[in-house]
Amino acid sequence: MEVKDRMKIPRQKMPEQDPKARGKNFDEVPYGYDENTAVTEAQRCLKCKKPPCVEGCPVEIDIPGFIVCIENKDFDGAIRKIKETNGLPAVCGRVCPQEDQCEVRCVVGKKGDPVAIGRLERFAADYERNKGNVFIPEIPKSTGKRIAVVGSGPAGLTAAGDLRLMGHDVTVMEALHKEGGVLVYGIPEFRLPKAIVKAEVDYLGKLGVKFISNYIVGKTRTVDELLEEYDAVFLGTGAGLPLFLNIPGENLIGVYSANEYLTRSNLMKAYLFPEYDTPIVRGKNVAVFGGGNVAMDSARTALRLGADNSYIIYRRSRVEMPARNEEIHHAEEEGINFQLLTNPIRFIGDDKGRVKGVECLRMELGEPDDSGRKRPVPIKGSEFVIEIDTAVVAIGNSPNPLVPATTPGLDTSKRGTIIADEETGLTSREGVFAGGDIVTGAATVILAMGAGKKAARAINEYVMKK
Amino acid sequence: MAKILKKERLSENTVKMVLEAPLIAEKRKAGQFVVLRINEQGERIPLTIANADKDAGTITIIFMEVGKTTSLLGTLKEGDNIMDLAGPLGNPTHIEKLGTVVCVGGGVGIAPMYPITEAMKKAGNRVITIIGAKNKDSLIMEEEMKSVSDEFLICTDDGSYGTKGFVTQVLEDVIKRGEKIDVVVAIGPVVMMKAVSKVTRPHNIKTIVSLNSIMVDATGMCGGCRVSIGGVSKFACVEGPEFDGHEVDFDELMTRQSAYGKQEHESMQCFLRDKK
Ligand SMILES: Cc1cc2nc3c(=O)[nH]c(=O)nc-3n(C[C@H](O)[C@H](O)[C@H](O)COP(=O)(O)OP(=O)(O)OC[C@H]3O[C@@H](n4cnc5c(N)ncnc54)[C@H](O)[C@@H]3O)c2cc1C
Ligand SMILES: Cc1cc2nc3c(=O)[nH]c(=O)nc-3n(C[C@H](O)[C@H](O)[C@H](O)COP(=O)(O)OP(=O)(O)OC[C@H]3O[C@@H](n4cnc5c(N)ncnc54)[C@H](O)[C@@H]3O)c2cc1C
Ligand code: SF4
Ligand code: FES
Repeated sequence: MEVKDRMKIPRQKMPEQDPKARGKNFDEVPYGYDENTAVTEAQRCLKCKKPPCVEGCPVEIDIPGFIVCIENKDFDGAIRKIKETNGLPAVCGRVCPQEDQCEVRCVVGKKGDPVAIGRLERFAADYERNKGNVFIPEIPKSTGKRIAVVGSGPAGLTAAGDLRLMGHDVTVMEALHKEGGVLVYGIPEFRLPKAIVKAEVDYLGKLGVKFISNYIVGKTRTVDELLEEYDAVFLGTGAGLPLFLNIPGENLIGVYSANEYLTRSNLMKAYLFPEYDTPIVRGKNVAVFGGGNVAMDSARTALRLGADNSYIIYRRSRVEMPARNEEIHHAEEEGINFQLLTNPIRFIGDDKGRVKGVECLRMELGEPDDSGRKRPVPIKGSEFVIEIDTAVVAIGNSPNPLVPATTPGLDTSKRGTIIADEETGLTSREGVFAGGDIVTGAATVILAMGAGKKAARAINEYVMKK
Repeated sequence: MAKILKKERLSENTVKMVLEAPLIAEKRKAGQFVVLRINEQGERIPLTIANADKDAGTITIIFMEVGKTTSLLGTLKEGDNIMDLAGPLGNPTHIEKLGTVVCVGGGVGIAPMYPITEAMKKAGNRVITIIGAKNKDSLIMEEEMKSVSDEFLICTDDGSYGTKGFVTQVLEDVIKRGEKIDVVVAIGPVVMMKAVSKVTRPHNIKTIVSLNSIMVDATGMCGGCRVSIGGVSKFACVEGPEFDGHEVDFDELMTRQSAYGKQEHESMQCFLRDKK
């Protein structure tokens, strides 16, 4: 096919659940491409000799390589190509910020819409999973080296998979009762079905990775104790410490951190209460504070739990919102009420200690601040009250301090992140490597995976020299 | 997975269980707790480690059947498995030789009080123990508590055993005797811990309480367990569960504990219906 013919094909839409209907269920929103649509979309790719999209991918997927397989209807070949570098394609195909990474650099995107790389990735992964026989690569001869991976989020899972494929004996320790990190406790079912995370974890199990859940490093055993049994330790413990607004009334009943709200709903399945035992406040008027993916997930969860009004309250404007475009777009379609340039100053409670309102101030944008974004400045006298019965604070997470607090000699930054070499993940402690949100602060799935990959390479070198 | 090795009913609604948990048994210190989940639909609930045997690889929990999860737990038999068990969690009690320590346990709070009392005694303190319950039948662990105390006082609300009245009255009598008390440790219902802190404040006696706020992960990830201590929010699971009783906002804690009253009732009704 000629380049100009390829350029004429429009970006293929992904069919989705109707916005009205989906606001009332937890089923996945987009249905994914069918085979024909995927092939058509694949035809849009120019298979560049020096593909700029690949440079944007933290795990360096051979993007034109897998897309050409899809174009030729070699779907098995496509997923194998992706899996050469990415162990969690069904996850990344759903939640990666492609618009800022691979797709933003796509040559086709210079004149129109970029190739839908993420949707094609998702298609290939779903094709394989739905077919049922997942390809299991051969594991090289055992090296006899034992490696402990702490935390089963994307960083830990990636490091574990890669290390296993190098022939090491790998054990993943997870504090919670289910593997997946934020993928199971944070990101909701309607965006990332838990069955998919489970399938990816099961795949690692089939490779021979061992998993121990309910194992809290720093409590059940310390890193130093692990080092007596294992040749190296990888820390992928994430950024699981919720930040609060620090305004009056924050401990009223009905005020949640996003972590708690989402954990109750996702991991503990509170949306199925009383079939499942964990309760959650099903508010009619819910205010979510923040503008990232976490805030969008919380507001959309509130809607599905039965809210009449689900507000996003964000102190800057729409352009500064850190959430993925697709998430903002989906939230708008579902009728989430965006209160932009608005900042909460206090929660108001009733006589039973339950939240009944939040007082806010309108903001305007001033000079840029340290982050380079325009600083929101309060407009004097603009106070107003929004009546609510539930509030969710989604303004970010800082690193989980449990491991640093119990590991002497492990250097951390002022922000509490573990200091680790960017290329190798090596920390200030010999044999201890780290990566993902615990090093960078709250970031993305793909960056955590990239860090897990690099660390796996470095750990391999380290243990083989030992 | 944790196997139930022994089960014993201590009173009408208090149950003791010995669980197979070698990793936790080896590590735990007085004042720490576990989180468990019974089955796939289950809630995660925290329970104090009342005792442990390193050599046997077991821990003991003692719990009161108050709602769905604890009631369901109470129906399990020896040989059954608990799906998930994690720990030891929370900070251990700060144990050292201080002089005279008064240990106050109320109701099922006597269970978590036991390992602390034992450790305080072992550290060489003079231990005055006060335990109280509604009535004689609901009083638990009398023999165990007595065996680790220098002085041992009992009271019941209805006077069916020991002194009639609350632990705070007995505590006040002890304080009035005029001997020097170096620290009071109190565990029981929040109202009791609040009352104990009120009694000790005018005498400037350091008072430690163990807070049972509602927890989910118990690893510091959700913030659901937050309590106000001296006007600052703290996460009871990782910064506690023990705090200075004179700094705790008990009213806020009680309010937050009631957050799910309606759902807890509904859950219990479903449980009772299914049991039939
Ligand atoms: C609600 C929400 C939505 C998001 N949406 C997106 C999105 O759409 N796209 C995107 O790219 N990113 C998104 N992110 C960010 C992304 O999920 C994280 O950047 C990524 O999960 C970080 O991976 P990680 O492996 O470093 O840590 P985590 O995923 O946080 O995993 C850490 C794991 O370690 C465990 N752990 C912690 N301490 C211990 C210990 N002491 N012992 C044993 N185990 C321990 C934790 O229980 C957890 O399972 C979102 C985050 C949230 C919270
Ligand atoms: C650190 C800690 C140690 C504890 N140790 C013991 C112990 O040794 N023995 C004992 O009998 N009880 C103990 N508890 C209390 C025990 O966790 C609750 O009784 C139990 O969670 C009630 O669950 P339920 O489903 O049976 O009752 P529900 O009907 O759900 O609740 C009854 C009451 O228990 C409290 N509660 C409910 N869910 C939770 C939760 N997830 N976490 C904490 N409290 C909750 C609330 O105040 C609620 O009103 C402890 C609590 C904490 C925080
Ligand atoms: S940049 Fe775009 S057109 Fe070029 S290879 Fe990548 S996806 Fe295909
Ligand atoms: S229970 Fe979640 S932070 Fe304490």
